[in-house]
Amino acid sequence: MRYLQTTSAATAVATAPDAVGALASMGEIAAVNLSAVPLLSVRDLNVHFPINRGFILQRTVGHIRAVNGVSFDVNPGETLGVVGESGSGKTTVARAVIQLERPTSGSVIFQGEQLVGATSDVLRNARRSMSMVFQDPYGSLNPRMRAGNIVGEPLRAHRVFESKNEYLDRVAELFQMVGMHPGVASRYPHQFSGGQRQRIAIARSLAANPNLILLDEPVSALDVSIQAQVINLLEDLQDEHDLAYVFVAHDLSVVRHTAHRTAVMYLGKIVEIADGDEIYDNPLHPYTQALLSAAPMPDPVLERKRERIVLTGDIPSPANPPSGCVFRTRCPIAIDDCAEVVPQMRSTGSLTRRHEVACIRAEF
Amino acid sequence: MELAGASRHLLEVRNLETEFHTDYGVVRAVDGVDLHIDEGETVGLVGESGCGKSVAALSIVRLVPDPPGRIVGGQVLFEGTDLLQLDVREMRHVRGPGIGIIFQEPLTSLNPVLSIERQIVEPLQEHLGMTRRQASSRTAELLDLVGIPDPSARMRDYPHMLSGGQRQRIMIAIALSCNPRLLIADEATTALDVTIQAQILELMKDLTERFGTALLMITHNLGVVARYADRVCVMYAGKIREMGPSEELYGNPRHPYTLGLLGSVPRLDSARESGKLMQIPGDVPDPTMMPPGCAFHPRCDYAVERCSEEDPWMEEVGVGHVAACWERARVGNIESKMVSNRNVSA
Repeated sequence: MRYLQTTSAATAVATAPDAVGALASMGEIAAVNLSAVPLLSVRDLNVHFPINRGFILQRTVGHIRAVNGVSFDVNPGETLGVVGESGSGKTTVARAVIQLERPTSGSVIFQGEQLVGATSDVLRNARRSMSMVFQDPYGSLNPRMRAGNIVGEPLRAHRVFESKNEYLDRVAELFQMVGMHPGVASRYPHQFSGGQRQRIAIARSLAANPNLILLDEPVSALDVSIQAQVINLLEDLQDEHDLAYVFVAHDLSVVRHTAHRTAVMYLGKIVEIADGDEIYDNPLHPYTQALLSAAPMPDPVLERKRERIVLTGDIPSPANPPSGCVFRTRCPIAIDDCAEVVPQMRSTGSLTRRHEVACIRAEF
Repeated sequence: MELAGASRHLLEVRNLETEFHTDYGVVRAVDGVDLHIDEGETVGLVGESGCGKSVAALSIVRLVPDPPGRIVGGQVLFEGTDLLQLDVREMRHVRGPGIGIIFQEPLTSLNPVLSIERQIVEPLQEHLGMTRRQASSRTAELLDLVGIPDPSARMRDYPHMLSGGQRQRIMIAIALSCNPRLLIADEATTALDVTIQAQILELMKDLTERFGTALLMITHNLGVVARYADRVCVMYAGKIREMGPSEELYGNPRHPYTLGLLGSVPRLDSARESGKLMQIPGDVPDPTMMPPGCAFHPRCDYAVERCSEEDPWMEEVGVGHVAACWERARVGNIESKMVSNRNVSA
């Protein structure tokens, strides 16, 4: 009964009646993982935005390569963490998975269904099993809708209830699942704090019983103490409902805490991806190493001993990425070959601890 | 502690109180803050949004927008002078040569229609009495100092032509242009990416060390100050609740809020299996309706009856380490810390 011990006080109300069901679903996770059919499979995804010039006679003068050849899998009940700095394309990846951004090319297969170029019926169906939580809890909730309507909107959109009472019960249940009192359903978004709004956004994303939730920087707009509440809530919900997450964040420590597998992105590409703690214990790509060493830790003794790799310069423009390896302009170990060769993903690690890196200089 | 009036610190803030008069009532954003910084020292002021840390900084340099804000009490002794008693003109000569400030968002604190050069030349001419030519060559030196490549070309650029990290370098160049004794960095790296943040923090550390400038780092991120601050102050609901040397404060926190903050940050060096994060329940209180007694008591695991009746004062809990908590003896006890950890996550 790990749940009952570790569940946060805020969600205890929601957990207790669900504990039996949650334990049952634990068994299912194990079963599905054995058969190893990924829930989501992304292959060679490209999202390019045209740069237009001119007012009346518009012409395309170039492309921003926001996402450039990204591939990954997400298994049921698993969290894939996607880390990167601003402009790395991590948010665009999440948006392209749920088709809020139409990919230029590549494939997104979700529960066996190809979403790239799919009809609106297929997409509508897929979006029942897949939802998204956005970064800014102030911008992502309609200020003129009551909280209850916001949370219930996916239910109405997908018509997944039989009667008005069933609908209201489900909305109340959703509020309880995220540790809020159902009585707040009649309030408007501005009456809630940032942390509570993010709980409402999470409740909305859970409404249609999804298998996958895309979390785009779900805690970065929140204060530290509230961040912890939301992270704990997301972890509890994952355990109880067998949810898979794509967790997009710029904060490595948050991702390490939540992800089963971590991808590091730089300028539209995944430069390194690995299972579990592998990427933090044994980073192979020079960018990952720099990112880890730059992340501040709340421990003065450790911090002062730590060697910091300070990268020079800024991220280049994605409209005009460097030739060869995109990181070479800031890389401390770049050689001439890095400008010539586009580094391919190379595998290391074992079957249970997969580790792939795109760097010709990485040694393992 | 000191003789009345006199101060042996570079900056000493005594019982500072700043209020905002809003439609919803009076908000006491800074509610009796005591703080001191010595020459060449780096002090971190940490707290969550709305705790009053930025207003405290603005009050020190008297940049609180009035109305609605007003400094209603206390003293700000800078090199022995009470800045709150100065007139507007005198105050203007403290900002710059005395105290330099770096704000969070460089794009909004730089003037978009003036070139970088104009913005750095201005304080040099105003405060140091340089000629245009002297100021111009000093500008190039300053830009070089903060690591802007090709300074004499870059200084003709406008703010929008630079990246966020470069803009923050310009802000540092402006803040340091008149050799201030104290630099206040208000969330100076919050808007930046981690790798750029690391660049800017290392730059600030190098420069303040080189010139012996004291530094007040204001941030919500406990990790950022851990590496640089000699001392750390933790602020909550308008008051400093705990203050101590960094190692002591992080290693042996004695206020439940500090303890909660440290526990709620995921650690980069701890594995996923390390379990749930400690969390502080509830939200920051509404500033127009502060709880009676200790403002933290509704969210506190250690709260006893006294906490809702009487606001605790600062008491010494270690060498140079003070905390304002009635139950500080229990918070300091490692045994009870673990118990509390379990309580919070259970």
